[in-house]
Amino acid sequence: MEEKAQATKKALGSVVINEERCKGCGFCIEFCPVRCLEFSGQYNAKGYHPPVLTDPEKCTGCNMCGLLCPDFAIYGFMFKKNQNRR
Amino acid sequence: MMMSEESMNLDVRPPSNPVEDLLRMERMPHIWCPGCGIGTTVNCFARALETSGLDLKKTAIVSGIGCAGRVAGYMKLDSFHTTHGRAIPFATGLKLANPGLKVIVYSGDGDLVAIGGNHFIHAARRNVDMTVILLNNHIYGMTGGQVAPTTPVGATASTAPHGNFEESFNLPYLAESCGAVYVARWTAYHVRHATKSIKEALLKKGFSFVEILAPCPTLYSRRNKLGDGLAQMKYYAAQSEIRNEADTKTVGLAFQGKIIVGKFVDREKPTYLDAMNAFYARKFGEGYEPY
Amino acid sequence: MTVKADPKGVLSGAHFIDGDHACAEGAIAAGCRFVAGYPITPSTEVVERIAERFPLIGGMFIQMEDEIASSIAIQGAVWAGKKAMTVTSGPGFSLMMEHIGLAAMTETPCVFVDVQRAGPSTGLPTLPAQGDMMQARWGSHGDYEIIALCPNSPQESFDLTIKAFNLSEEYRVPVMLMLDECVGHMTERVIIPPAGEIEIRPRRYWKGSPEDYLPYRADKDGVPPLVKAGDGYGIHITGLTHDERGYPVMTADAQEELVHRLVNKIRENAGSIVEFKEDRVDGAQVVVVTYGITSRVAIPAIEQARREGIRVGHFRMITAWPFPEKRIRELSAAAGAFVVPEINYGQMVHEVEGAVAGKTRVVHVPHGGGSVHDPKDIHAAIVNSLKG
Repeated sequence: MEEKAQATKKALGSVVINEERCKGCGFCIEFCPVRCLEFSGQYNAKGYHPPVLTDPEKCTGCNMCGLLCPDFAIYGFMFKKNQNRR
Repeated sequence: MMMSEESMNLDVRPPSNPVEDLLRMERMPHIWCPGCGIGTTVNCFARALETSGLDLKKTAIVSGIGCAGRVAGYMKLDSFHTTHGRAIPFATGLKLANPGLKVIVYSGDGDLVAIGGNHFIHAARRNVDMTVILLNNHIYGMTGGQVAPTTPVGATASTAPHGNFEESFNLPYLAESCGAVYVARWTAYHVRHATKSIKEALLKKGFSFVEILAPCPTLYSRRNKLGDGLAQMKYYAAQSEIRNEADTKTVGLAFQGKIIVGKFVDREKPTYLDAMNAFYARKFGEGYEPY
Repeated sequence: MTVKADPKGVLSGAHFIDGDHACAEGAIAAGCRFVAGYPITPSTEVVERIAERFPLIGGMFIQMEDEIASSIAIQGAVWAGKKAMTVTSGPGFSLMMEHIGLAAMTETPCVFVDVQRAGPSTGLPTLPAQGDMMQARWGSHGDYEIIALCPNSPQESFDLTIKAFNLSEEYRVPVMLMLDECVGHMTERVIIPPAGEIEIRPRRYWKGSPEDYLPYRADKDGVPPLVKAGDGYGIHITGLTHDERGYPVMTADAQEELVHRLVNKIRENAGSIVEFKEDRVDGAQVVVVTYGITSRVAIPAIEQARREGIRVGHFRMITAWPFPEKRIRELSAAAGAFVVPEINYGQMVHEVEGAVAGKTRVVHVPHGGGSVHDPKDIHAAIVNSLKG
């Protein structure tokens, strides 16, 4: 299982992808409002292509992918402001 | 987990997947097929539960038999996987024996309105306080794709191999005419609307009903050459029209036709127990202790 | 381990009521506060009385849309924490079979009352029979055990309804209360004792710490303690074959483990469950084996035969299931014959035959239903059983 999250200055959020759970349905890729996901070229152990975050700076963390995913294999989250600022 | 150095003022650590708090993760992976929409509706249901303010320790889920009937087994709630078609009378007993419980029925179209049809209409008539979420994939999936009362005219199924000629149910109309106080229909594509509707239904007193159309790629779609789950989701996106407060008489479904979705009915009526208590209080006066 | 009955609702005193009404009072005395039923002759009076009595004692009665709904609504009520019962006759009993199996599989304690009438099918709705005895035991699919009790009077209808609830709680099993139209509709004196004299078996709730709880991990007697919905345990209850966590497991091993326990928890405890009444069976030449109303009809026949010099014993089953095979087998060592009158064409007689395994003659006195036996036929069977 791999969990990935990337942050850039522009991104408002990111996704966590559990590649081994994915069954390649494509819901998240198709209905992401900013189209920042694509099918990975890699296979998971079950033989599916999981999604990969190809445009991380576009991600808003809206979690549309998370709501859509029938296999609980992806979810989005918004970045929070850091608590300690000096 | 990889993190960029540029995350200066932002906390980029991902929280855990909130849906997992409500699932029996030790039972994953679930049994549903690639592209099946049931898992999608579970996300909506979990999110609705989380944000509803309900005491989840006092929330019970009851299901029947079928693919949608397996939802109960994955939810981390008091859950009851009962017999085919009989989730609603079980739920009636649960609720009436302990009105302090929040009782939800989550099951499929064949289970709830074919074999379970009699129980559906009477629970709605009585306005028993429960929320019924009906997963409509127009087919009996678990048993291999047989025709259901919700299979549209013209579609094929394993027991209607030459095509279905039977008229199919208009479920919102059925629910409204039987007395349901809350009636909504969404599709698995409408994740945010469905989540909001489920939450409203959960918090609504009385018999509340939410129909959610979802793909069955392995059987309904494959037999009818409709493509995969994603193709069906795209159909939902393209052909759905949101018409809140639509006349439920007009929201019947045709095979791959227009889908009217929305919140159709939201009305007030005394629940079964409220009606009972009011009635007996009038009859027995002070001698009656409200149930 | 019992407690006294809750006095609220117990109509202590002498009554002149029929078996159906006595059964309703027995349920109330036992602490039953949820009944779901459907009208069917000759059982309807039970739920009619419940419907009248419940609103003022905090009970919930609901006439469901059919027997299928009734037989599962009571199970929902049990999981919500109530003692629950449903009531029916033959055709409704047939409809309830799937849910009797569900109760056995999920180990849901509840009581099913069958006021038997002549069948098959619609049969003779207002007339007695004892034709559902095998169905009570085997009516649902698969392997399971139930307990069945047979009252022979309105007084016993009261007493055995309480016993039915107590047994269902002790063994977490559905219990069948097998009345018949005669017992159900005959009016006799019924004494309802003070609540303080009525012993009630409370539900076997889990008393340990929540972290240690497994819904189907059995105690030494094979019965797992339960919890109820709303207690915060997040239980999963399913009719699928399941493991100790209650989760479905689709393997032959899980099946073996579960089904053996379900069956053995009754079989291995049969000694504590089986109840019968004997009259002069020791040294008897003929033992008449009866249950229900036929036990009373047999008495004039037995007494006549005794006056004629035949040593006749009378063995009356209170529990028909589990069947008292051990005692029948013991009696078969000395008895010359068993005579089994029943208002059917052969049901419990097969159990007697099985228990004696050919060692002793078994004479059946069948009756198609619609009335009770003519005692002369039972007498003739007793006399003829010793010939040839």
